[in-house]
Amino acid sequence: MATLPVDELRIIDRFGPHTSAMAGVRLSTSTEPDRLVKTHCCFCGQQCGVQLKVRNNEVIGFEPWEEFPFNRGMLCPKGVKRYLQGAHQDRLTAALGRDASSPSGFSPLPYEEAIARTAAAIARVQETHGPSAVGVLSGASLTTEKTYLLGKFARVCLRTPFIDYNGRLCMVSAGAANKKAFGIDRTTNPWSDMVGTDVIWVAGSNVAECSPITTNYIWQAREQGAKVIVQDPRITPVARTCDLYLPVKPGRDAALFAGVLQQMIERGWIDRDFIDTHTVGFDDVAAYCRQWTLARTADVAGVPARSIEQAAEWWGTAKTSFLFHARGIEHHSTGVENALGTINLVLATGRIGKAKSGYGTITGQANGQGGREHGQKCDQLPGWRDISNPEHRRYMAGVWGVDEKDIPGPGVDAFELFRKIDRGEIKALVSICFNPKVSLPDNLFVTRALEKLEFYAAIDFFLNESARHADIVLPGSLQEEDEGTVTQVEGRVIRINKAVDSPGDARQDWRIVQDLARALGRPHGFTFGSPREIFEELRVASKGGVADYSGITYEKIEQQMGVFWPCYSEDPETGRPVEHDGTPRLFEPGSYNPVAKGKGPFYFPDGRARFNVATYRPPVDDASDDYPLFLTTGRVVSHFLSGTQTRRIGPLEHQYPEPRIELHPRLASKLGIGDGDWATAETRRGGITLRAMVVTTIRPDTIFIPYHWPGEKSANRLTVAAQDPISKIPQYKVCGCRLRKADGPPAYAAILEPQQ
Amino acid sequence: MPKPESLHFFIDPNRCIGCQACVHACTECETHRGDSMIHLEYVNRAESVQTVPVVCMHCHQPTCAEVCPADAIKRTGDGVVQSARKPRCIACGNCVLACPFGVPEVYEDRQIMMKCDMCYDRSSVGKKPMCTTVCPSQALFFGTLEQIEALRPMSVPVNRFQFGRQRVSTEVFMMMPKARTARDPYVDVTAAMNDQPRARAIPLRPIPSGSPAGDPDPFAGIEV
Repeated sequence: MATLPVDELRIIDRFGPHTSAMAGVRLSTSTEPDRLVKTHCCFCGQQCGVQLKVRNNEVIGFEPWEEFPFNRGMLCPKGVKRYLQGAHQDRLTAALGRDASSPSGFSPLPYEEAIARTAAAIARVQETHGPSAVGVLSGASLTTEKTYLLGKFARVCLRTPFIDYNGRLCMVSAGAANKKAFGIDRTTNPWSDMVGTDVIWVAGSNVAECSPITTNYIWQAREQGAKVIVQDPRITPVARTCDLYLPVKPGRDAALFAGVLQQMIERGWIDRDFIDTHTVGFDDVAAYCRQWTLARTADVAGVPARSIEQAAEWWGTAKTSFLFHARGIEHHSTGVENALGTINLVLATGRIGKAKSGYGTITGQANGQGGREHGQKCDQLPGWRDISNPEHRRYMAGVWGVDEKDIPGPGVDAFELFRKIDRGEIKALVSICFNPKVSLPDNLFVTRALEKLEFYAAIDFFLNESARHADIVLPGSLQEEDEGTVTQVEGRVIRINKAVDSPGDARQDWRIVQDLARALGRPHGFTFGSPREIFEELRVASKGGVADYSGITYEKIEQQMGVFWPCYSEDPETGRPVEHDGTPRLFEPGSYNPVAKGKGPFYFPDGRARFNVATYRPPVDDASDDYPLFLTTGRVVSHFLSGTQTRRIGPLEHQYPEPRIELHPRLASKLGIGDGDWATAETRRGGITLRAMVVTTIRPDTIFIPYHWPGEKSANRLTVAAQDPISKIPQYKVCGCRLRKADGPPAYAAILEPQQ
Repeated sequence: MPKPESLHFFIDPNRCIGCQACVHACTECETHRGDSMIHLEYVNRAESVQTVPVVCMHCHQPTCAEVCPADAIKRTGDGVVQSARKPRCIACGNCVLACPFGVPEVYEDRQIMMKCDMCYDRSSVGKKPMCTTVCPSQALFFGTLEQIEALRPMSVPVNRFQFGRQRVSTEVFMMMPKARTARDPYVDVTAAMNDQPRARAIPLRPIPSGSPAGDPDPFAGIEV
């Protein structure tokens, strides 16, 4: 039973989160570093280049890396202060075993004993309940090498179909839509293509806070004449100076896209030649859009008719354009439809595959792109291959040296995995780089499921809120303690370089996974000596897949400051070995790809892109009489995901110490809530009490809560576990909610520090 | 080595996203012991996400130095107004009261005034000040006038300011929008929902011509 071993406050007392400060050698820039290590930030999908200052095996600061072309030295506050996660008092430096007799609930274990105990528990569960009784949860902040290894570990060593990753909460709606429309899942252009375009449409992305560097590209494009359209229920910093703001009602994005496309069709602002030559399915989309008259769209989407017309005119008549979307339209039970709605707008104008015209999803996690390509998704094999495709299975069986029949079939998504735990079908869990108790929706349910596990092993560098439930904790590595590759927002594969060694018994995650495989008696395929060796196998594994990395080497990445995939080792057209530089821009006219084989630029056998009818459906658990407001959730600039790292970095925590409920003054005055008052937000799942922040920059029918905190401060106590039927992404961005002034401060306010 | 004459500091509040990367980067410098010398404030968070970063404007005739009874504040030949010199500063706070931009601060625990010195440890060895290097929206920019004019055609660099009867010219430039953008902005989501944009620009008035020193009038031909 993976219940908490002791009172949670005692666990917090020992393992944090406590906040780090600049102290000792880390305060002074006059302390000369031994060396500078060129690498990338450990946080978001932008993956800004940065140099870490290292002295005596400790990261003591940073120096901008102005030569790296994507960010040219620019960093957000997370990138500036990221170095303070190292040498941290909360850092796990030994393996831990659950021990209710210990004051902190855990006792240190010799590493080998922890591995042996974990392997024995997994073996016991699998002997009793079968191989599928073990699940694996992994993450999209890991290097691509690790994500590849974990997918292989689940399928080849554990022989369970049940592996999934936290990109399920992030990238899957975009991925599924890209697959349906283009046959390939990647942003189409490098960001530098943005400057000089006519129109940029930002759909559901708080760019300034979630991907700050991209703000400079968008605003530079605006300086050169681009009109910027921002669609968001809040006026975020990038919306502040936009040329057209579309204050969409939460959950109504597909209606807005259909209404805009209908205007474009009516006015003839579409590219008929492109549609006829390069796409299929337009007529069905046009037929669907007919019902989305201006009046109806305005009514449903909550956007004035004049603004819809203006968007259609600007978008429809532009010569060049970019459209970006992020979780704002993707975190919905219609997430795939919403993303397809944007793609229809792009395809209808034919503005794709050109220097100043592109489309993309802004990735959230460090390896949001690479992490979704190489086999840690429940239905996927490396190289973006399909685990249900017999040919793909045979290929991977050959690479892995196993019988095709022994590779399990598709598993289930990360949330369904918890439903399986709840139903008793999965008895044991291994997790890495995932904090479901904070990050999954309806997380009171997630907690109850965790408590039902017979055995839980967590690999991490800090004891995150979920790992407090673990039987065994294996001390893993920080990003700066290992090397490998990640693929950033543009599709550029880049190098993460090792700066320091792991402290104490902590070690690189891939070594821990291999140690488990050995202890389980199935070391076959888990004897890599370095991330480079894993990457060499990944190159072979991805070869011939859509996400083909076979032509990428560590050396080529360094020489070119990144390589855009697909990058071939053999020319897909001639089959001859080739020195390929990669593919910065997708779908260029006349481009050859191994799926279309010259029939067209898109990755389908006929070379044509697909229009897909993007149907509007109201959200699950929509606003109602009992819960009349919309709750939407998201990030703030100084925190990242479940906060395991950023809630431990003092300066970032001080910037935004605790979550607040953003609400409009009209709503505030109706409810009698003043700025700074305690207010209670309730949904059908639960309630939390936080301080109110009264601002005119949000719709009066909507409240916003950032989600980086745990427990009684956790926005995900409120969110609904409704999921998109295709991508299985949770509907974080809308659910029915009610709000009232709280009677007084919540009990936690006197007990917990802000970051806890 | 002085700061190169051709390189200037530009503040473009229109671009500020309030992320505080500049503030955090500033705290990394040991010359001011972990304190940020940048002031970054919301103008009025209740009504807007607009933030404004303020560094020392490095006045050509620094008021802070003029009012300093201990002669602790020096302007170097390259136009950088240095932080107070330790042996001289008596922490009286005259400079704090006198600075028209509200930049200097007295640190009681150290008994000294400290302010932005344009990262003199970096700018005097050919590097950009740290805040301008990291600023993710380039609201803080360090480069030549030619560069900023090419990169920001919608704004004009301004370095002369009037406070009551005091006229101040500075080494640091503020970027002032040339004209309003295509559509009036929405100051409130409800305005956008009802499609009633209203101008929220603060009217900026150019200083009347006939200014001293015979500089070309930077406001000539600017519509505001």
